[in-house]
Amino acid sequence: MAVTIAKERWTSKVAEMTLGPKGLKVGGESTLPFLHFEGEMPNRPVTALEVFDMEPQDWPDILKEPFADVLNDPVAWAKKVVEYGADMVALRLMSAHPDWKDASADEVAKTAKAVAEAIDVPLIVLGCGVEEKDGQILPVVAEALEGKKCLIGCATADNYKSITAAVNGYGHSVIASSPLDINLCKQLNILITEMGLPLDRIAFDPLVGALGYGIEYAYSIMERARMGALTGDKMLATPIVCFVGMEAWKAKEAKDPDVPEWGPQADRAILWETTTATTFAIAGGTIFILRHPESMKRFNAFIDEAMKPNAY
Amino acid sequence: MGLTGLEIFKQLPKKNCKECGQPTCLAFAMQLAAGKASLDACPYVSDAAREALDAASAPPVALVKIGAGEKAFQIGNETVLFRHDKRFEHPTGIAIQVSDTEDVKAKVEKINKLVFDRVGQVHEVNMVAVANDSGDAAKFADAVKTAQDNTAYPLLLISGDAGAMEKALEIAGANKPVVYAADANNYEAMVALAKKYEAPLVVKGSDLNNLADLVEKVVALGYKNLILDSGARELSKVVADQTQIRRQALKLFRPFGYPTIAFANNDDPIMESMYASTYVAKYAGIVVMNSAEPQHILPVITLRLNVYTDPQKPIAVESKIYELLNPGPDAPVLVTTNFSLSYFCVAGDTEASRVPAYIIPVDTDGISVLTAWAAGKFTPETIADTVKKLGILEKVNHNSIIIPGGVAVLSGKTAELLGCEVIVGPRESAGIPSFFKQRWLNK
Ligand code: SF4
Repeated sequence: MAVTIAKERWTSKVAEMTLGPKGLKVGGESTLPFLHFEGEMPNRPVTALEVFDMEPQDWPDILKEPFADVLNDPVAWAKKVVEYGADMVALRLMSAHPDWKDASADEVAKTAKAVAEAIDVPLIVLGCGVEEKDGQILPVVAEALEGKKCLIGCATADNYKSITAAVNGYGHSVIASSPLDINLCKQLNILITEMGLPLDRIAFDPLVGALGYGIEYAYSIMERARMGALTGDKMLATPIVCFVGMEAWKAKEAKDPDVPEWGPQADRAILWETTTATTFAIAGGTIFILRHPESMKRFNAFIDEAMKPNAY
Repeated sequence: MGLTGLEIFKQLPKKNCKECGQPTCLAFAMQLAAGKASLDACPYVSDAAREALDAASAPPVALVKIGAGEKAFQIGNETVLFRHDKRFEHPTGIAIQVSDTEDVKAKVEKINKLVFDRVGQVHEVNMVAVANDSGDAAKFADAVKTAQDNTAYPLLLISGDAGAMEKALEIAGANKPVVYAADANNYEAMVALAKKYEAPLVVKGSDLNNLADLVEKVVALGYKNLILDSGARELSKVVADQTQIRRQALKLFRPFGYPTIAFANNDDPIMESMYASTYVAKYAGIVVMNSAEPQHILPVITLRLNVYTDPQKPIAVESKIYELLNPGPDAPVLVTTNFSLSYFCVAGDTEASRVPAYIIPVDTDGISVLTAWAAGKFTPETIADTVKKLGILEKVNHNSIIIPGGVAVLSGKTAELLGCEVIVGPRESAGIPSFFKQRWLNK
C-alpha cells in the first residue's frame, strides 16, 4: 500500500548569514530541522568553542584539561580551538567584567584583534555579560575588527543601540539576546533592523537553559520561531545562537566529579553538553557555542548522521 | 474526532425521517460532528456505517497499555506534532536491552538501579528488552525467565521466530510483555500469539509502505493492540519516519494510528544516548538502548522529563527550605517563587557562586517572579508567611533575607512584616555570583 508522504509546502526560509574571512555560511534552511524530504538545509549547524581572555575561575578540571597549557593566552587558546576543528572561535571578554579585572574597551579590543589575526575561521566576540559595560566595549571592539566579518554580542533591549550602530558601520553581524519569550526576540530583531542592519546580519539568542534546567522553554521557542520563519514571518527568520557550553557546564550533572549514582563524570559531562546541543539542533538551533572539544566532536558526529538525505 | 459533518452525512441513510429529533439527516450529521448528538439516536443507520463512524472517532494515536502491576505504563493517545500546540501526553518508555547470550541476571540487576531522584521525584527506565540473539528457543525462554524473576519492569520480547516467542510467552505472557515483532513472514503466527495473551504487538515494516500494508493485514486478522516500527535505524531516516507516522496519524491515516518504537542501539554508548534523546523528543512511544550505565541513561531520562512537561501548566517545586552546599547560620537566605525554572536558575547560579545558601521558594502556584508579583501571589504577605512558616530566620544568625531585584518595591513592607532586614538582590539569577561577592561576603 503506497503511503502518500505528507509534505508541508513552506513559503519562506531562514536568512543566510556570511561570516569571517572565508565566508562561512550559516542558516538558510527552507525546512524544519533535518526534514530533508521537504526542503533544503543548505548549511549544516556550525560550532564554536569558547576562549576566555583571562583564566576562567569556575571551570571544572575536566573542562580545563584540554586547554591546560593555554588558559592564560587567548591567542594560543584560539589556535588550539581551530586545531580541535571548530568552525569558529568564540572569544569571551570576561576581563571587562567589573567583578574581575574591569578591563577597558581599548584593552579588550587589543586582545580581540590579536585573536582575530591569529585565526582564519570566523570570530565571535562576546562581552562580559554586564549590559552597560558591553554597550561601551563592544563598539570599540567592532571598530578594531573592521572588515573581519565577526559575529558580535550580546545586544539586549538595553544596549542594542550602540552595539548595532558599530556592528553595522564596521561590517559585522550581531547576536540579539532576549529572555525566553518569542515576542521579545522578535521585537529586538525589529528594533535592530529599524537601525538599518539587514536581517541576514542578525542571529538571535533566546537565552537557552541546559538539559534539566529549563531546556524545554528554549526548545519550544525555537520550534515556534522556525515555524514562523518558514511561513513568512521575516522577523523570526534569523539564525539562532545557542549558548550551550555556558549553560551545560553550570549543571551539577556536568560539573560534579563524584556522584556514584550518576556514573563517572567523563561521559556524563560530555553528554550533558552534547545532549543540550543536539536537542536544540532538532528544534532549529544554528550556531552552537560549546566549551569542551570532545562535546564538539560528538555533536559533529551526530550532525553528520542527521544531515544524511532522507527523501522518500 | 476529526470527521466533518459532510463526511458523516455520507454514511447516514438519507431518509430525512426526523426520528433522530433533527429536521434532516444533514442537520443530524452536523450535530454529530460537533459532538452534540449520539449515533444511537438514528434507528436506521447500517452496521457498516456504524463501524466506519466508530473507527473514525477513535483517537489519532491509539492508547497502548504495556505490562502489568505497578510498573505497567501507557503510550500513545498523542494529539500534536509540537509540544507548544498542546502537550505530549505519555512519556516515552525507555527499554534497556539484554541479550540471551550474556549474563542476563547481572545486566537486569544493573537496569533495576537506573532510578534517579530529581527534586523529590523519582524517574526511572521502564522496560527490560530481552533479545533472542542466540537463535535458540530454549535459551531465549531461559533468559526471559531470568529477566522476569529479577525485575518488576515489563518485558519487551525480541525474536523473529514464532516458536521461540511462543515458549517465551508461556513464561511471561500473563504480564503483558510487548511482542517484537510481526513482519511480512511471520505475522499470522505472531498475531495469534499476541491475541492469545492480549499482549501489545509490534508490527515491523521494511519501509513506510510495507509497514502500512502489514498493519492492514494484521488489523484484518482482528488485532489492534499495536506498536509501529518502520524498520529505519539510521538517525535521519528515523527522524523522517517518526515525523511521517505522527503527521499521518494526525491526518487520521488509520494504519499509522498507533504509537511507535525506535531503536537507538549503538556500540558507542554516547552516540546511542544522543540518538535515544532525539527519539524521545521526536515522537517515539518506546526507545530501546543497550547501555545500562547511569551516565548514558540520566541525560535521556532528564530530557524526557523536560520535553513531556505540560507547557501550559508551569511545573512547581515544593515550598520548603532548600540547603545548597551545606549552609551554616551565616549563610544568605534567597527568596524566589516555586516556579521550577525560577528555582533552578537561582539554585544553579548560587551553586556556581560556590557560596553556601538557603533558597526559600514561595508558593505562587508555579508562576515566575514578575508574573506572580503582577498576579498578587508574590507579595510582602506571602513572602512573610512563607518565611515564618518555614522558620528560616531561626536557622540563621543575621536576621535578613534577599528578594529578587525585580520586586524591589516589596522590600519595605516585607521588612515591616518580618522585623528583619530585606536586601534587594539582582534582577536576573545570573547576577547572583557577583551580588554575593560585592554585597554579601563584604557585609
Ligand atoms: S433518524 Fe436517521 S434517517 Fe432519520 S433523519 Fe435522523 S439521521 Fe436521517
